[in-house]
Amino acid sequence: MYSEEVMEHFSNPRNVGEIPDADGVGTEGNPLCGDVMKMSIKVEDNRIKDIKFKTFGCGAAIAVSSIVTEMVKGKTLDEAMALTKETVAEALGGLPPNKMHCSNLGSDALHKAVEDYRSKQKSKETKEKFVCHCPYCNTTCDAPYPYCNSCGASIKICPNCGEALKKETTICTKCGTSV
Amino acid sequence: MSEKSIAKKVYLDHIATTPCHPKVVEAMQPYFREIFGNPQSDHEFGWQAKMAIEEARGKIANLIKALPQEIIFVSSGTEANNFALKGIANAFEKKGRHIIASSIEHRSVLTPLKFLEKSGYKVTYLPVDNFGLVNPDDVRNNITNETILISVMHANNEIGTIEPIAEIGKIAKEKGIIFHTDAAASAGTVPLDVAQLNVDLMSISAHKFYGPKGVGALYVKKGVKITPLIHGGVQEAGRRTGIENVPGIVGFGVAAELSDKEINKRIGYLIPLRDKLKKGILEKIDHVYYNGHPSERLPNNVNIAIEYVEGEAMLLSMMKEGIATASASTCTMMSLETSHVLQGIGVPPQIANSSLVFSIGVDNTEEDIDRVIDVLPKIIERLRAMSAIYPERQ
Repeated sequence: MYSEEVMEHFSNPRNVGEIPDADGVGTEGNPLCGDVMKMSIKVEDNRIKDIKFKTFGCGAAIAVSSIVTEMVKGKTLDEAMALTKETVAEALGGLPPNKMHCSNLGSDALHKAVEDYRSKQKSKETKEKFVCHCPYCNTTCDAPYPYCNSCGASIKICPNCGEALKKETTICTKCGTSV
Repeated sequence: MSEKSIAKKVYLDHIATTPCHPKVVEAMQPYFREIFGNPQSDHEFGWQAKMAIEEARGKIANLIKALPQEIIFVSSGTEANNFALKGIANAFEKKGRHIIASSIEHRSVLTPLKFLEKSGYKVTYLPVDNFGLVNPDDVRNNITNETILISVMHANNEIGTIEPIAEIGKIAKEKGIIFHTDAAASAGTVPLDVAQLNVDLMSISAHKFYGPKGVGALYVKKGVKITPLIHGGVQEAGRRTGIENVPGIVGFGVAAELSDKEINKRIGYLIPLRDKLKKGILEKIDHVYYNGHPSERLPNNVNIAIEYVEGEAMLLSMMKEGIATASASTCTMMSLETSHVLQGIGVPPQIANSSLVFSIGVDNTEEDIDRVIDVLPKIIERLRAMSAIYPERQ
């Protein structure tokens, strides 16, 4: 027995689909236990500008996914991270006790999507940090390789600032750290 | 969609329960207010009730070709199974403590067996093949000097497979071991003959064949010793005490009489509907598995698995269209366990979660089947479009 809200969301699910150029994607569950939810989000100014879901699962799982997308669209990422299983169930007018944990994975999938977005941002920043130039041939490289990708010369990476240095260097020319 | 939702409701879950036949309801009526006496009472009210019970007993005996005194009335198929297993285990305790059963038995067999295991009995659960059949050789090879009971269901309630009961019964007879069969899914639906099947005990349930709920019977072959489950007064010769469910027993008797009379006609009506439903689904939907035996199966059962769609979501979608059916998906089970029957026949768990079980009844029409064949593909298309595991189209 499901509440009217569950049946309504199951019958007319909101935001079904996938965002092709999503900023973050999160999947939760597995087909063995009967539920798999996939959330994709588009982020702008730290807010969820768009969200779509795809779900393999029971009526509760589909309703949960649908209402989660509705609850967080336009919200900040922190607000999205604060969403709990309990608030989702409450918004649906309650869930049967046995569905509370197995089918209520919408918030987990959403949290994974936000985490995915955040880790992508972080690695972007990290990548930016590693943009440097080969001290021999001046080619740009984007990761701290021990040799230049272009001319093949062995190089040193400053452990403090990440600057690429000539092999014989003992003091970083950028930040002054002993290398 | 809204236009269709006001269409006639289609009930295709007859393995769960059936509606009472109008003649059953009619026959039960006087036993609520007019003939309400305690069958043990020595007055007219009591005697009339007692006579009604004995008349019903005869009808149920006829249905399975048994003697009236071999029929013990109980409250349900579950009670019949508990009575058979615990009653034989207790009565033959001194002979041995080993029981053989199939691994795809109903929960009302498996749970009492687990209980007996806790009390020191050893149970061997036999595997089944991909169609759900028990191999009689497996039964033979697992018999030990300690074996006191073999229990194999007549037909499986989920996949409809009919087991080689007569053959297994022959082995049990040769070895002098008590043989029980749970025939709750098949009694009243397919002809049963206890002598031909070589069974010592058989569980049957009224509500599976247009009788009322709350009443069933255990057939116990004449001369087989069994310990009662419920101790009390004198009812059922002390083998099952507590006041009899008189209206229920009367309804049970009428349902048995009707089934006995119409069984071949019913089978002839159900099989074409069953085969039409199967064919229609397999033709119109891709990635579909048909579970159970192609020929050795109940005349009313269709079990399919539709990949990439979860069972309960299909049930809810069909409910909205006025169609009632069942699934063995984890999500429809309070236990949240994958169907042990589908697992037993080797269906992978993620496909077992996509199962649908249709069971057809004598009130269903060809139009009902057409409705399902029309509605189901649309439901599957909608659910697959939102499924996270449906492979992208090429």
